[in-house]
Amino acid sequence: MIKPTANFANTSQTANSPKEFLVIENVTKAYPTPNGGETVVLDDINLNIGENEYISIIGHSGCGKSTLLKIVGGLEKATSGSIWLGGREVRKPGAERMMVFQHYSLLPWLTVRENIRLAVDEVLDHLSPADKKQVVNEHIAMVNLNAAAEKYPDELSGGMKQRVGIARALAIRPKMLLMDEPFGALDALTRGRLQRQVLDIWENQRQAVMMVTHDVDEALYMSDRIIMMTNGPHAKIGEILDVPFEHPRVLKELRSQSTYYDLRNHALNFLDQHFSQDD
Amino acid sequence: MLLQFNVQIILVAAQATWRRSLRPALVRDSVLLPLLGFAGLILLWWIVATLRSEMMPTPWQALVANLDYILHPFYRRGPGNLGIGWLLAASLRRVLIGFVLGALVAIPVGFLIGMSKQAMLALNPVIQILKPVSPLAWLPIALAIFNLANPSAIFVIFITSLWPTIINTALGVSSVSKDYIDVARVLEMPRWRQVLKIILPASLPYIFTGLRISLGIAWLVIVAVEMLTGGVGIGFFVWDSWNRLNLSSVFLAVIVIGVTGLVLDYIVGKIQEWVTHRPASQT
Repeated sequence: MIKPTANFANTSQTANSPKEFLVIENVTKAYPTPNGGETVVLDDINLNIGENEYISIIGHSGCGKSTLLKIVGGLEKATSGSIWLGGREVRKPGAERMMVFQHYSLLPWLTVRENIRLAVDEVLDHLSPADKKQVVNEHIAMVNLNAAAEKYPDELSGGMKQRVGIARALAIRPKMLLMDEPFGALDALTRGRLQRQVLDIWENQRQAVMMVTHDVDEALYMSDRIIMMTNGPHAKIGEILDVPFEHPRVLKELRSQSTYYDLRNHALNFLDQHFSQDD
Repeated sequence: MLLQFNVQIILVAAQATWRRSLRPALVRDSVLLPLLGFAGLILLWWIVATLRSEMMPTPWQALVANLDYILHPFYRRGPGNLGIGWLLAASLRRVLIGFVLGALVAIPVGFLIGMSKQAMLALNPVIQILKPVSPLAWLPIALAIFNLANPSAIFVIFITSLWPTIINTALGVSSVSKDYIDVARVLEMPRWRQVLKIILPASLPYIFTGLRISLGIAWLVIVAVEMLTGGVGIGFFVWDSWNRLNLSSVFLAVIVIGVTGLVLDYIVGKIQEWVTHRPASQT
């Protein structure tokens, strides 16, 4: 039974609990061009995210999805519009919106433990040294890196590096986690394992997550809603797809449901359609 | 049981052949071939010295003539008559004082240039003009300022040490990956702590490259400076030996200076490895 695709669109406002934790209001991002004009990358984006909600942003490369994430993270400024987190406007980077970077961004002169400790020292500076040490140890254990704790990043595989990135992000107890294609640089097997690990952690301790991805399966597996962006320039939110599966999710079970394939096809069709329009 | 024993023998034998085939290559690469190079150089010297015996001593004659210096590097036989170890120590002291003072000025200046566009625009032309000036040209200015040989020599070394360290530090600071800075910004690290905890460690490999180049040039320059200023030092020893037509000692000094330069570079490389936790690049 294939539902009409129109049913999937924009049903999000009715689902789930309050979605006013993160509010993205009329955000537009434009870059000046050399000949005096401007390129509008993001055009009037409006989006609300709930306190315990895992959302994915999906779109073709160049659609500005990473830019949107960086604006929420404060690393880039919106040309107009505003971002509100828990009722307060955000204009700068802040540790309550911690990033997980696509290329890990670990400091190569510090060990795994020291990388995480640096973040803890910086953000949780009210803790005693003993408590800080415990926070670091907990998070190293959480991503199963006990054996590699004293290693330097260039001694680690890509998957291990990203686990350090995730541990570093979670250790400082952010209100919201921003992930910029966190599994994009990993091989397929490692990616699957790490997705499971991140989902486990999130299912145990839910919080707001905003993840940029270009992988429909990853978005369906992990997130509660999928924000599908149209192609840039002038990228907008094309459609918002609710993912109705209960957590904890098991990939095998998801794949046995026809709804999974309906959603998957719908998302792929959306992407295809916007791809062909562009050419 | 017997089979196991046999397998073991085969394993041991295989290991032995593996080692045998590996080790000669290692010995050849790290011992024999370098020795061949030195042997060739000494042979060349020997041939030239044999053909033109009035021009220079053979290696053997030089060795014999220098035996006293080699066996008693730290003798003191009155003022100005010191063993070559003391001369070397005097030169090293000048170089190290000048070099450390230079680094203390050059690293902060390099940071300033690397972090501020205005500082870069203001200082870059000055550096570009002063950098190609031979450090020896500063010697008369230094003598005019200090009126003494020793501080003047140190001043020249100080000037020599500045440029490579400034330029490499500035390059390192300005090329710190934006990713690292983004991490610091997300963690809300104040600017001064970003400098200490992110920019400084990230640019340390560049800073050390600059320091190694500076120290190398400083060691080149001190010999020339001491030839001009006189006093106690390995450079003046070279010039003094030449004036006494004692070419044997000049050859000795050349070897001592070369080995010392190599050791200095090695030491800085080791310090770099220790500070940055990463193997230093070979220069």
